[in-house]
Amino acid sequence: MNIIVTVKQVPDTNDVRIDPTTGTLIREGVPSIVNPEDRHAVELALELREAAGGGRVTVISMGPPQAEVALREVLAMGADEAILLSDRAFAGADTLATASALSYAIKKIGNFDLIICGRQAIDGDTAQVGPQLAEFLQIPQVTYVLTARFSYGGLLIERQTDSGTQRLTAPLPALLTCLKETNVPRIPTLPGCIGAYREKTFTVWSAKDIAAPAEQIGLKGSPTQVRRTFTPAPKGEGRILTGEPAATVRQTLDILLEKGLI
Amino acid sequence: MAINIDKTICVGCGACLKACPYDAIDMIGRKAIMNANCVHCGSCVDSCKFKAITSTASDAPKADLAEWKGILVFAETRDGAPAKVALELLGRGRGLADERKVPLYAALLGHQVEPLAQTLIAHGADVVLTVDDPQLAEFRTAPFCRALTGVIREIKPEIVLIGATVIGRDLAPRTANRLRTGLTADCTELAIEAASGLLLQTRPAFGGNVMATIICPNHRPQMSTVRPGVMKPLAADPNRKGEVKPVKIGLKDADLKVIVRETIRSAAKHVDLAEAQVIVAGGRGVGGAQQFGVVRDLAALLGGEIGASRAAVESGWIGHDHQVGQTGKSVSPKLYIALGISGAIQHLAGISGADFVVAVNRDPLAPIMKAADVAIVGDLHQVAPLLAAEIRRHRKEASA
Ligand SMILES: Cc1cc2nc3c(=O)[nH]c(=O)nc-3n(C[C@H](O)[C@H](O)[C@H](O)COP(=O)(O)OP(=O)(O)OC[C@H]3O[C@@H](n4cnc5c(N)ncnc54)[C@H](O)[C@@H]3O)c2cc1C
Ligand SMILES: Nc1ncnc2c1ncn2[C@@H]1O[C@H](COP(=O)(O)O)[C@@H](O)[C@H]1O
Repeated sequence: MNIIVTVKQVPDTNDVRIDPTTGTLIREGVPSIVNPEDRHAVELALELREAAGGGRVTVISMGPPQAEVALREVLAMGADEAILLSDRAFAGADTLATASALSYAIKKIGNFDLIICGRQAIDGDTAQVGPQLAEFLQIPQVTYVLTARFSYGGLLIERQTDSGTQRLTAPLPALLTCLKETNVPRIPTLPGCIGAYREKTFTVWSAKDIAAPAEQIGLKGSPTQVRRTFTPAPKGEGRILTGEPAATVRQTLDILLEKGLI
Repeated sequence: MAINIDKTICVGCGACLKACPYDAIDMIGRKAIMNANCVHCGSCVDSCKFKAITSTASDAPKADLAEWKGILVFAETRDGAPAKVALELLGRGRGLADERKVPLYAALLGHQVEPLAQTLIAHGADVVLTVDDPQLAEFRTAPFCRALTGVIREIKPEIVLIGATVIGRDLAPRTANRLRTGLTADCTELAIEAASGLLLQTRPAFGGNVMATIICPNHRPQMSTVRPGVMKPLAADPNRKGEVKPVKIGLKDADLKVIVRETIRSAAKHVDLAEAQVIVAGGRGVGGAQQFGVVRDLAALLGGEIGASRAAVESGWIGHDHQVGQTGKSVSPKLYIALGISGAIQHLAGISGADFVVAVNRDPLAPIMKAADVAIVGDLHQVAPLLAAEIRRHRKEASA
C-alpha cells in the first residue's frame, strides 16, 4: 500500500495580528506550523498502512526551503519518506498551479494507491488543491472524509455532507481530503524525531526534476491574480449606552420598539 | 502547449482515443481528429506509436475571451427544491448580468428536476439549462462534473457562480481544473470592474484578518464559489418568463466508480442560522454551559436562533453548528444580539449582513462596540435577564 500525503506549512493564523495604526498584517514572529488537517491526513495514512500490513507513506510539500521543518515533523510521526518541491519557478502559485506542480511530482513518484490531503489549509481556507490534484491525475476524489477503511479491494468511506453524512465506496487509486474529526494525530516520539533527521530519506526537487513546464506552474501557471488586499472597514459607529442596567435596558427597548424589531 | 495530429501519418489505430482522459479525440474516416474538449494535456502524444501526434510550445494568442458571454449559476438542489444559496446566487447574478447586459443562466442538474426550473426563473434566471439523468439523482463528483462542464462548454458563460457548500466546494475545483481556468473560493463580495469588465471576487484571507480581491484576467469562465447567507435573493416573481433548455450529456463508466451506499441525515435539530430573522449569540463572556441559559431565554422570547462565538463553541458550552463567523455561518438577521462577544474580525465577518446589531459587553473598548448599532456597556448577566423581563412586561402591557 503506497500512500502519498500532501502537507503544507502555514503561518499559525491564530497568531496573525493587525497593526492597529497601519491596518496591515503583522507577520513577524508568527510561527509556522504543519497545516492542522494535514496532520490528520498523515495519521490516516499511517493507520491505513498499518491496516494493510505494510507499504510506504510518502509526504510531499511545495514551498520554500524552510518547509523542510514541516516535513521532518510528519516524518517523525512515522511517514517513511519526504519530498520537498522547492524552486523559484513554483512561487506565486494559485491552487491550480500548486495542484499542477504536485501532480508532476506524483507522476514522477509513479507508483501509488492512495493520495490523502487535508480538506483545507488555514492560510487560504480554499479546499481546492485536493480536487484539482485529483483531476490532474484523473482519479476519483472523495472530500470531507470522516473515516476510511479498506473493503473489497477499495475503500469504504464515511464523509460529511451539508445535511449529515454519507457512506460510499471508492476504487483505488483515489484521492481523499480529510477533516480533523477523522482521527487524533499521534505525537512524535523522541526516537521518531531523531529518526526523522538521521534515517529517513528527504529529497528536494526543482521544477526541472519533475519536468513541469514553466507555463503550468508558479505565477505563470496561475489563472487567478490578487488585485488588492485590504482590512475590512469597521461599520459606522452606533450608540454607546453606559450607566445603570435599568436605564440602558429601557433605552434599548425603546430603540428596538421604534425600529419595529421586537 | 498546442497539440497537432499529422493526418498523413495517422493510421487510425485508436490508441490515442484510449489515452485521452478528456474524450477530446474523435475517429473520423479512420483519422484521429481533435475536438473542443482538448485541454492540451499531452497524454496522447506518448500513446502514438507512429509519432503522428506532436506538441509544441505555443505563443498563440489566448482564446478569444469575448466569445464567453453571460452569467451561469449552478442551481444546487436539496430535498427536491433549489438550495437557498442557489436563489441567493441568482439574486446577485441578476445584478451582474444586468450590469454586463448579458443573460443569466442557471444549470439545473439532477433527475426529474425540470419542475424546479420555474422557481429559478421566478428568482431571476433567463434560461435554465437542465441535465436530467437517473445517475444525477444524488450528488456525486464525477457525473456532476461531467454534466456541469458540458453545460459550460455549451453556453460559454463569462462567469460561473457556485455556492460554497460541501457540494459546491467539492464540485467547483474539479470543474475549474477540467476547464483549466481560475477559481476563487468562498467569496463574500462580487462586483464588475468598470474599466475592464472583469469580475472582482473578494474573499477573506489569512484567517479572515484581511480581505483579498482576486481576478481571473486571461481565462474563461471566471469562476467563484460564494458563501451561503451573504448574497440576497430576489423576491420570487411567478410571472417572470424564461426559457428551459435540456442539454444532453453522455456520462462515462469511469464517472460512476464511486458508489453511494447510504445517506444519513443528522438527527440533531437543524439550526438554521442562515435563515434566522433574530439571533441571540453568546461568547466567552457568558462564562459557562449553564450560564448559556440567559442566551437561550432571550432567543426563545424573541423567537430567534442561538448563535455563538468560536470561543464559546470551543469551550464546549454550545454545539458547533451554532458558530457564527469566518469558520462558522454567515448570518443576515434583522436583529443580532451579541452577549459577551469581543467582536474579533473573524466573528464580525459573519455578521456583516445583519441589519441591526445590539452588543452587551463590560468593556467599552471591545471591537464589537464599534460594530454595533446599540452598544450597552454592562454585565450581560444583569442586562440580558433585565431586557427579557422588560420585553415581557411590555408585551403584557400591550396586550392588556
Ligand atoms: C482562522 C480563524 C477563524 C476564526 N473563525 C471564527 C468564527 O467563525 N467565529 C468566531 O466567533 N470566532 C472565530 N475565530 C476566533 C476569533 O478570533 C476570536 O478568538 C473569538 O471570536 C473570540 O470569541 P469571544 O468574543 O467569545 O471571546 P473573547 O474575545 O474572549 O471575548 C469575550 C468578551 O466578553 C466580555 N465579557 C466578559 N464577561 C462579561 C460579562 N459578564 N458581561 C459582559 N461582557 C463580558 C469581555 O469584555 C470580552 O470582550 C477565528 C479565528 C481564526 C484565527
Ligand atoms: N503547497 C502545498 N504543498 C503541499 N500540499 C498542499 C499545498 N497547498 C495545499 N496543499 C494540500 O491541499 C490541501 C488543501 O489546501 P487549500 O486548497 O490551499 O485549502 C491542504 O490541506 C494540503 O494537504
